[in-house]
Amino acid sequence: MIFKKFNIENKKARDLIPQAITILALLSVIIYFATNAQINMGNRGISFGFGFLNQEASFDITFSMIEYDGSHSYGRAFLVGLLNTILVSAIGIFFATIMGVVVGISRLSDNYLIAKVAEWYVEIFRNIPLILQIFFWYFAALRALPLPENGISFYDISFLTIKGWYVPKFIWTNFNIFLLSVIAAFIAIYYINSYATKQREQFGKQIPATIISFTALILIPLITFLFLGVSLTFEYPVLKQLSPTVFTYAGGVSIIPELIALALALSMYTATFIAENVRAGILGVGKGQKEAAASIGLNKNQILKLVVMPQALRIIIPPTTNQYLNLTKNSSLAAAIAYPDIVLVFAGTALMQTGRAIEIISITMLTYLTLSISISIFMNWYNKKMAIKEK
Amino acid sequence: MIKSIKTWILVGFASLLLVACGQGGGGAGSKKSKTLENTKKAGFVKCGVSQGLPGFSNADASGNWSGIDVDVCRAVAAAVLGDADKVKYTPLSAKERFTALTSGEIDVLARNTTWTLSRDADIGLTFVGVNFYDGQGFMVRKNSGINSVNDFKNGISACTNTGTTTELNMRDFFNSKNISYEPIAFEKADEVVQAYDAGRCDTYTTDKSGLAAQRTKMSNPDEHKVLPETISKEPLGPVVRQGDAVWEDIVRWSLNTMIEAEEYGVNSSNASSLKDSENPAIKRLVGSEGELGAAFGLDNDWSLRIIEQVGNYGESYKKHIADTGILPNRGPNQLWTKGGILYVPPAR
Repeated sequence: MIFKKFNIENKKARDLIPQAITILALLSVIIYFATNAQINMGNRGISFGFGFLNQEASFDITFSMIEYDGSHSYGRAFLVGLLNTILVSAIGIFFATIMGVVVGISRLSDNYLIAKVAEWYVEIFRNIPLILQIFFWYFAALRALPLPENGISFYDISFLTIKGWYVPKFIWTNFNIFLLSVIAAFIAIYYINSYATKQREQFGKQIPATIISFTALILIPLITFLFLGVSLTFEYPVLKQLSPTVFTYAGGVSIIPELIALALALSMYTATFIAENVRAGILGVGKGQKEAAASIGLNKNQILKLVVMPQALRIIIPPTTNQYLNLTKNSSLAAAIAYPDIVLVFAGTALMQTGRAIEIISITMLTYLTLSISISIFMNWYNKKMAIKEK
Repeated sequence: MIKSIKTWILVGFASLLLVACGQGGGGAGSKKSKTLENTKKAGFVKCGVSQGLPGFSNADASGNWSGIDVDVCRAVAAAVLGDADKVKYTPLSAKERFTALTSGEIDVLARNTTWTLSRDADIGLTFVGVNFYDGQGFMVRKNSGINSVNDFKNGISACTNTGTTTELNMRDFFNSKNISYEPIAFEKADEVVQAYDAGRCDTYTTDKSGLAAQRTKMSNPDEHKVLPETISKEPLGPVVRQGDAVWEDIVRWSLNTMIEAEEYGVNSSNASSLKDSENPAIKRLVGSEGELGAAFGLDNDWSLRIIEQVGNYGESYKKHIADTGILPNRGPNQLWTKGGILYVPPAR
């Protein structure tokens, strides 16, 4: 009977009551706020809705990875901002990880100079607020760059100037075939390596897997160039005069200084934290492990690669995930130096032009939440993969 | 980044206010003014201004605000509270300003804001008038050899502020000329100036009054010039929330009083002596004839206080815009009787 089920003496039912009350209370708070917002907005003549996303944005954006101009919609502008946020975060995470690992290992180096330089780097960049570092790179460091007519030239195919870094543009024919060949190469490398491991473990045979992999990576795409009609040409940036003293570069691709400054600041800053994680991870591996490895005749590099790192990674990954999340969220400081990320483009210009604060702020918050959760899920998967496999 | 974080907090907080605050608000169509009551209770006018634009709203080293936008706030305070100094200023970025107003954080927005149809009709705001007729222009380096907007070529980079009509006008302009350009939009005017000064962009575009004011901040102001063309209409004026008709009228007529006073030659020094003037229009302005204040629930000296404590429009312009060297020539911001387009309905 239903009464028996909800009997107060039934422990299960009793435990459910406080939880049900909590959920009810939470729901009513949310409903209260939502209704209030609706009434207040109604009183003030503000409508609520997401229809504006289809309206023409009518503002331009400096830098976009997809086709965009002001005749596209606000929804498209959102996408441009989102992709720019993802781009700078990905670049930041990539360089922060490499620098973090290098600096972290350097801090433990026996070489006094290397260890000290790494230590100073960590202490300086970790302790200066990120926004100041962004301003430093953008307004101080990049300001020292020359105007286009005196741009720093790299073999006359690439130019670094205050207006950006102009690099050659890749013009592909049959890019899809090339892409497929690269994927094929990686699949081949995977099988070569697992075959090599098997041979080593079962028969003690050493196969030079690294060299074979490398050859495959070069050879397979090369075939597409020779036989499958893939070709690549470059469009080089050329100095162009706009007026007696105003110059710019035409052609090629311009990497805007805002992106360079932001990516530099984010990776330099986050690398310090990752370096500390790496150091902690390495120091966290028992001394006995290294001594045991040394006693069976492994050299220093082998000890690091085969014994220390696999164990250290388990300590390093979880806190490093946090740093990746921080970096992604910190990229919202882009607005300060006009890098068109989602905050500047969408929560900035679009909010201003449409006046739809509640809608736009909620979309932006939800976007960051989704980005962060995606990174978390990926890193948790990687962490699980690296965890000790009990045999 | 103090600015961006502050913006976020402000916008977030303002949205939250909108979400959380009681259902009171200015009820539409009510005879009584909730905003007026609240202002009297608080003892100060809550006014939103810029984060520092010389001539319009700018704070000095000791935090005293001045400028022609600030004078609108002061006029409202003089009319409503009897003391022009009873204003609480909230510096706002272009992005924050409307949210701050609609959420009730401020009651008057006097922040060089362009009156446009979509802003007036769409987002719960009402523009009450124009206190400065402006237009968008371009600044370039003198040695650039660019003497007119017709000298712009494909690939030019232009710096501006984000979240303003400037961004939209710039696109319209370059599109109509069929010129491809690189738009670089910063959140704060100071950063635009720095980037332009450093050579990141070839031209700086915003309202011409803004260009004139910002030029004074450049490392070498004489190296820059403003091109003669004006590419847009930018009528700048104070804004209030929709739905409180009485408050709207108070702000509108506080501004109108300043302009009307100049037209009739009433200024801060002669106002009280004109109580017995022959001219009934002047007598109405200084409160010795008619019962004009009653319509807003104010006493009859409200307009006299504005003129005495703040001054007429001409005095305000001279003090903040002309004498500071920003725009010595009044141009369209001259009275209609003297060749300008300042023309306000009669106060009667």
